Amino acid sequence: MADYPQDLLYHPEHDWARIDPTHPEIATFGITWYAQDSLGEVVFFDPPEVGTQVRQGESYAEVESVKAVSDVIAPLSGEVVEVNGALGDASEKINEDPYGDGWMVKVRCSDPSERDALLDADAYAAQLD
Amino acid sequence: MSAPSAPTTPASSAIAAADDTLTIYERSQPGRRAFVAPALDVPERPLEELLPPRLRRTRPARLPEVSEPELVRHYHRLSKRNFDLDTGFYPLGSCTMKHNPKLHERVAALPGNARLHPLQDERRAQGALELMWNLQEALGEIAGLPHVSLQPSAGSHGELAGVLLTRAYHEDRGEQRTKVLTPDTAHGTNPATVTMAGYEVVKVGTNADGGVDVDDLRSKADEQVACLMLTNPSTLGLFDPDIAEIAEIVHGVGATLYYDGANLNAIMGITRPGDMGFDIVHFNLHKSFTQPHGGGGPGAGPIAVSERIEPYLPRPQVIRREDDEGYAFHLDEDRPKSIGKLRGFQGNYGVFVRSYAYIRSLGAEGLREASEVAVLNANYLLALLKRAGVAEYLPVAYDRVCMHEFVLSGAPMKRELGIRTLDLAKRLRIFGVHPPTVYFPLLVDEALLIEPTETETKETLDRFAQVVAEILREAAQDPEIAKHAPYSTPVRRLDEARAAKQPVLRQPL
Amino acid sequence: MSTYTSATDADRRAMLAEIGVGSVEELFADIPAALRLGRPLALPAGMAEQEVYEHLRELATRNVSCEDEVSFLGAGMYDHYVPSLVDTLLSRSEFLTPYTPYQPEISQGGLQVMFEYQTAISELTGLPVSNASVYEGPSAVGAAGYLAKLANGRPRVLASRGVHPHARETLATLARGYGQTVEEVPLREGATDLDALAAALSDDVSAVVLQQPNFLGAVEDVAALTEAAKQVGAVVICACDPIPLGILEPPGAQGVDICVGEGQTLGNRLDFGGPSFGFFAASQEHLRRMPGRIAGETVDVDGKRGFVLTLQTREQHIRREKATSNICTAQALNALAGVVYLGWLGRQGLVELGELLLQRTAYARETLCAIDGVEPLHEQVVVREFALRLPGVDVEAVVERLAAQGINAGYRLGRAYPEYADGLLVAVTERRTRAQIDRLAEALAQAVAAERGAAPAGVVA
Repeated sequence: MADYPQDLLYHPEHDWARIDPTHPEIATFGITWYAQDSLGEVVFFDPPEVGTQVRQGESYAEVESVKAVSDVIAPLSGEVVEVNGALGDASEKINEDPYGDGWMVKVRCSDPSERDALLDADAYAAQLD
Repeated sequence: MSAPSAPTTPASSAIAAADDTLTIYERSQPGRRAFVAPALDVPERPLEELLPPRLRRTRPARLPEVSEPELVRHYHRLSKRNFDLDTGFYPLGSCTMKHNPKLHERVAALPGNARLHPLQDERRAQGALELMWNLQEALGEIAGLPHVSLQPSAGSHGELAGVLLTRAYHEDRGEQRTKVLTPDTAHGTNPATVTMAGYEVVKVGTNADGGVDVDDLRSKADEQVACLMLTNPSTLGLFDPDIAEIAEIVHGVGATLYYDGANLNAIMGITRPGDMGFDIVHFNLHKSFTQPHGGGGPGAGPIAVSERIEPYLPRPQVIRREDDEGYAFHLDEDRPKSIGKLRGFQGNYGVFVRSYAYIRSLGAEGLREASEVAVLNANYLLALLKRAGVAEYLPVAYDRVCMHEFVLSGAPMKRELGIRTLDLAKRLRIFGVHPPTVYFPLLVDEALLIEPTETETKETLDRFAQVVAEILREAAQDPEIAKHAPYSTPVRRLDEARAAKQPVLRQPL
Repeated sequence: MSTYTSATDADRRAMLAEIGVGSVEELFADIPAALRLGRPLALPAGMAEQEVYEHLRELATRNVSCEDEVSFLGAGMYDHYVPSLVDTLLSRSEFLTPYTPYQPEISQGGLQVMFEYQTAISELTGLPVSNASVYEGPSAVGAAGYLAKLANGRPRVLASRGVHPHARETLATLARGYGQTVEEVPLREGATDLDALAAALSDDVSAVVLQQPNFLGAVEDVAALTEAAKQVGAVVICACDPIPLGILEPPGAQGVDICVGEGQTLGNRLDFGGPSFGFFAASQEHLRRMPGRIAGETVDVDGKRGFVLTLQTREQHIRREKATSNICTAQALNALAGVVYLGWLGRQGLVELGELLLQRTAYARETLCAIDGVEPLHEQVVVREFALRLPGVDVEAVVERLAAQGINAGYRLGRAYPEYADGLLVAVTERRTRAQIDRLAEALAQAVAAERGAAPAGVVA
């Protein structure tokens, strides 16, 4: 069932960011329910390395299904501090639990003001077809 | 409500099925063999003297151990798990699955062709060189361009040649260009080739009629652009009437215009890419020129080029020049501006033999007629599929006269009947038809690209249209049938995700 | 009605009526008048099948093939014996006429053939992953160079002078496109000079390219050369002749990253240079950068074993400009011939064939080098091909004398290696009997003597 949690921020190209409540400079990224549904069963996730700089609106990784490759867009800019290694053997988590076990990277954000450019759950859902 | 065809007993069908999918390695038994080595007729020397043990393979390659009867039976049975063109209608858009004439195998097998070494002295390969020369001349005439290289081994190989030729041309004039334009409807080999040749891909939009968006082209054509890669008719099966203007824009910024010959079957003898303004053309001999597809090759992708591109053609070139001893045909390696080589020797000669035989069989009039009938057949099939019962679910993507192929969209079918283009494709199997191309071009949602070719009869086309109508009727009653198709095949709906996540790419031994 | 079409006048009338136009001409209305050819193609008129056959047959009689002469010509393609069952199986329409297996349920035959072929190549090369074929040998080397570039992005490639000249040139042609330079590593005494390689290596070297056996027929010390290359983290590419891999240590066991090669000798005809196939195998690390089709095993919805094209996201039809290569059509039918041939040879047969080649080649080399005026160009270990020198003699004239007697003496090395202007490369396949080798020796001895008599000593061709 299409699901867009209220506590997340959304980039229009189908990526979410969760700001860590206790460490607000750290955000977790992933792709939305819509993205994983369009892609079909994810077979491979190609992550960036820890330390990589990511920029808002630009691709930082790729996710593959059998018949498609999709860029994963960074909702915010910063430096990758952690990568979800479990996705190497269990890429299906991205489909099954896109906001939980399917998380992709954690980033130390460089510019909190960038959050203003993101959408809330309702605004994101509204701009879907 | 049809179920998969029921086996006689589950146990017997399981035994049969298990045997069917055994690999040749699983049929292997130690000690069995097919090969008998010729007797050793020279004085035997100790092997360690001839090949020191440190260089010697310690463990033999674990090839199968089987007899000839087993080999023949195994591969024979495998062949029966393949649908093929000789067996049934194969309207795979963009692939030109036309009949493979049987004469061609006979002439390709002539020992003078089949057992001829590529490095044989030219004087003792004049028949082969003359054949290649004649083929070059014929292809040049069909393309409307004067110079031909037969070297590239496939369409995408020809594309790579074309973009590398473009690079050499610009560099020779002291220019360093960085971009190549391709339409968003382009076959994937076009952008892939551009990257391999060291250029950046820039996409050009498509207008509402399915042609190049000329305004978008004009805005993107600048002196950083090395080339525009196009096909005409396009991958939507539509002739772009703006082609003269497109050529003018591209040449106006000094770029080359490249023709992807995959759709040549629509225009042979009617119009020519050289006359449209293209500088470089590739042919797919395994499409319009009947080289059998072989399950994925071999093919060949010769190129024809304009005068200004000629100096850069790969080596060697087959040339005609009477020498002192009276030999006319030669392989010319003395080409100082050549891009070099794209492969060994002079190309897929066996494919040239077949294509040459085709061209000599059909002649000028026959080739033209082949294209006329290809276009006639496609328009006829389209007209049948525009009838009620089909058109509302599978509308044509661009309502124009098509050329040799056309694109339908399965989006309404998905919405109204709950089955997708993929399901329709799988359901066609029960009717003994190979599905059309699906999900290409990317521009059309739930695309179905259909190319009947000229070698199909009217009855075959009538039947195909009936079959499509029947599948839609069936889906309106019960969409589950198509969604779980096919039924009569050895395997059904294979788990492709598993194959990608846990790749098993060889037999563990 | 054109050859192979069936549209009769009655058919055309009915079809045009359904379409709603008066003539076929109207279907071409989108083509501007200015672009119409407006005349017949300037090609000869079509001919009946028997006339086409006679024409092709006549052309073929003007070729001297291995059917017409005893051939010791190799240099990349070889006159091996192709067993009849290959012809039988390849002529099956189910293998000959279908397209690439995009609809796996109706192409299990072709897909299983690919899987069996990939297994055989993996076994031969000692590397875990093989694709389902590329065009042929030299372009396979080019494709491997592109993979190395994608892997490490470094600017230089080092290629041994022992690599086939066509492969080196193809690599250079492609590299100019994607921006690498190709430098040559010289030979010493017929094999790649390890010291020269070590001197040329640095951490800007993307790949090192070797050939086994090399163009001069010499068995290289691939392990030592590979170790040197690994010191700087370069990708090691080895172009291999597949039949000697039956008895030579495979490159996969020597640290090589990518093993490619020309597959013609595996059940394919000479065909004046093609079609044949190229094989391409790699270590696990490079799996996702491999070019070409790859078949994989899986199960279907009923749990039955089946095969599909897999890892398609590498390929052009999905990844487009970011694809690992632009390959679409490859050489599937020729790869089928390859896997059938390897099954026919079998585990023992491939070894026996290799040993037979060793013996006959050794005999040929010894016999020819015993001729006055003939010496070995190098003394390296050889399997099926070796290089000779005919000092002070016009090698082309010698070759012509033998050709007039129905013997192809081999490849004149001066055609590609100016430093071996008096060199001759001689190949001995299992089709060359002792009697034929003896006949070659006799004719060569006479020809060399005649040429030495004909020209002053010291004149080099």
